[in-house]
Amino acid sequence: MTAADLAHRSAERTLPAPPQTPFTTQLFRLALAALTVTVLVFAWYEAEMNPAQLVRDAGNMATLGADFLRPDFSDWDVYVNAMLETLAIAIWGTVLAVIAGIPFGILSADNVVPRWVAFPIRRMMDACRAINELVFALIFIAAVGLGPFAGVLALFIHTTGVVAKLFSEAVEAIDPAPVEGIRGTGGTWLQEIIYGVLPQVMPLWISYALYRFESNVRSATVLGIVGGGGIGMTFNETMRGFLYSQASAILIMVVITVSLLDMISQNIRKRFI
Amino acid sequence: MAAALQLDRVSKTYGAMRAVEDVSLIIQPGERVALIGASGSGKSTLIRLAAGLILADPHGQGTGAVHSFGVKVQEGGRLASEVRAARRHIGLVFQQFALAGRMSVLTNVLVGALGRISVLRGTLGLFNEDERRTAYAALAEVGIAQHAAKRARELSGGQQQRVAIARALVQGAKLVLADEPIASLDPKSAKRVMDTLVTMSRDHGIALVVSLHQVDYATAYFDRVVAMNAGRVVFDGPASQINAAFLTELYGASAEELILPSQFVVGASVPAEIPVTQTVS
Repeated sequence: MTAADLAHRSAERTLPAPPQTPFTTQLFRLALAALTVTVLVFAWYEAEMNPAQLVRDAGNMATLGADFLRPDFSDWDVYVNAMLETLAIAIWGTVLAVIAGIPFGILSADNVVPRWVAFPIRRMMDACRAINELVFALIFIAAVGLGPFAGVLALFIHTTGVVAKLFSEAVEAIDPAPVEGIRGTGGTWLQEIIYGVLPQVMPLWISYALYRFESNVRSATVLGIVGGGGIGMTFNETMRGFLYSQASAILIMVVITVSLLDMISQNIRKRFI
Repeated sequence: MAAALQLDRVSKTYGAMRAVEDVSLIIQPGERVALIGASGSGKSTLIRLAAGLILADPHGQGTGAVHSFGVKVQEGGRLASEVRAARRHIGLVFQQFALAGRMSVLTNVLVGALGRISVLRGTLGLFNEDERRTAYAALAEVGIAQHAAKRARELSGGQQQRVAIARALVQGAKLVLADEPIASLDPKSAKRVMDTLVTMSRDHGIALVVSLHQVDYATAYFDRVVAMNAGRVVFDGPASQINAAFLTELYGASAEELILPSQFVVGASVPAEIPVTQTVS
């Protein structure tokens, strides 16, 4: 069948003309494209983008790269200790956040508490989440001084906000029937939560908690750079002292540790889902 | 003795939909009543109102009061302060079982004791040996003691429903409200569950209200039938009066939903070969 045939046939059936994009839609698309370009150009200058600098300072990059390619593990025991400190920060930061996140998560779930309870608690958790760990670390360093404890507190507050939100979303997705089953036996509100809600959300909660632990190990390495203790602090010192070979050794250790923990926790999480 | 369940002019509207309209009902202790009606006729709403899981309209024609054994469940659209005491002797059985699937069968049954034991002990899950024995005995009574240690969700639908019945037994319920307990079960499991419910009611003198949309079960297992249509009670009387012709008169075209197609012959009585052969007086 030729194209002419097809055209002929459709003419026979008196098909309406194919729809055309209206002029206003075309205009709107054009304006959107112009806006996108404007934003990109503006952001380019605002961010002081200058690729030429990469080429001009290629020598510096080469020195840095050469040192990084020769990692120096002679102080490995120092790094291992610092890494353990980082892990300790992540562990306690997460544990405290989960402990606080359970009540806050339940109290911000619409289906188990009235709205006037959930609303203010959610806004409080929003605030915890909106502010970055690094900012909290700077605040707590002012309060409790330089060191890992400031890091723990920073992770604790930020992660509580995150965990409470994840936990409450799990609670809001439950099947209400088991809760009514407990209510029907004459159980209290807390008993409804324990026997009706918790068994349903536990696998998800464990999975979320482990996931937050993984990300907290990553965050904890960065916290050290602003003075929150751990491997980040050691890394910062080597960079400031131009000891790039040692900095490279530290980075390798961080990558290995984080990947290992990710793998382990992923394995555990799979078991709970 | 106060009625096992007493509803005084209870109404419930959802937006413009009148789910239950001005229903009054009295169930005597130990009585067994089938609540029939097509889907959307208000059976579930009525049962949930009776258990205080939802609140009646505050400005109905009457007070909208629900009492169970003299204890107030709700009145005027507000839960009574003594509602927990009322719920303690009301056992609930749901269409979807309402068990905690990850918890063991035994724990799901032990939950029935929550209303009786101290709040602290119940909250911490510290059930004593005596309560465990009672729960196990209840499981044996409904015929699934061998599954006590399994997770509830590993059981079949019919078995899960019997766990829910065991829970009501442990609760020491004097009134069991079952909302479509067999609607999601195969015929064999459905019969087993109905047998268990009726036996439980007879052996322990427990009043039983079961909502059903299969009329043949209602006539086979119950003496008294309450029929609902569009939120109103349209019939309340002996099960012997119920037959296909009567249902067609009551419900018109929607009667088809209540009876198996083969039985849907105007003027014919319910045939003898109903799925449940065992007759219960």
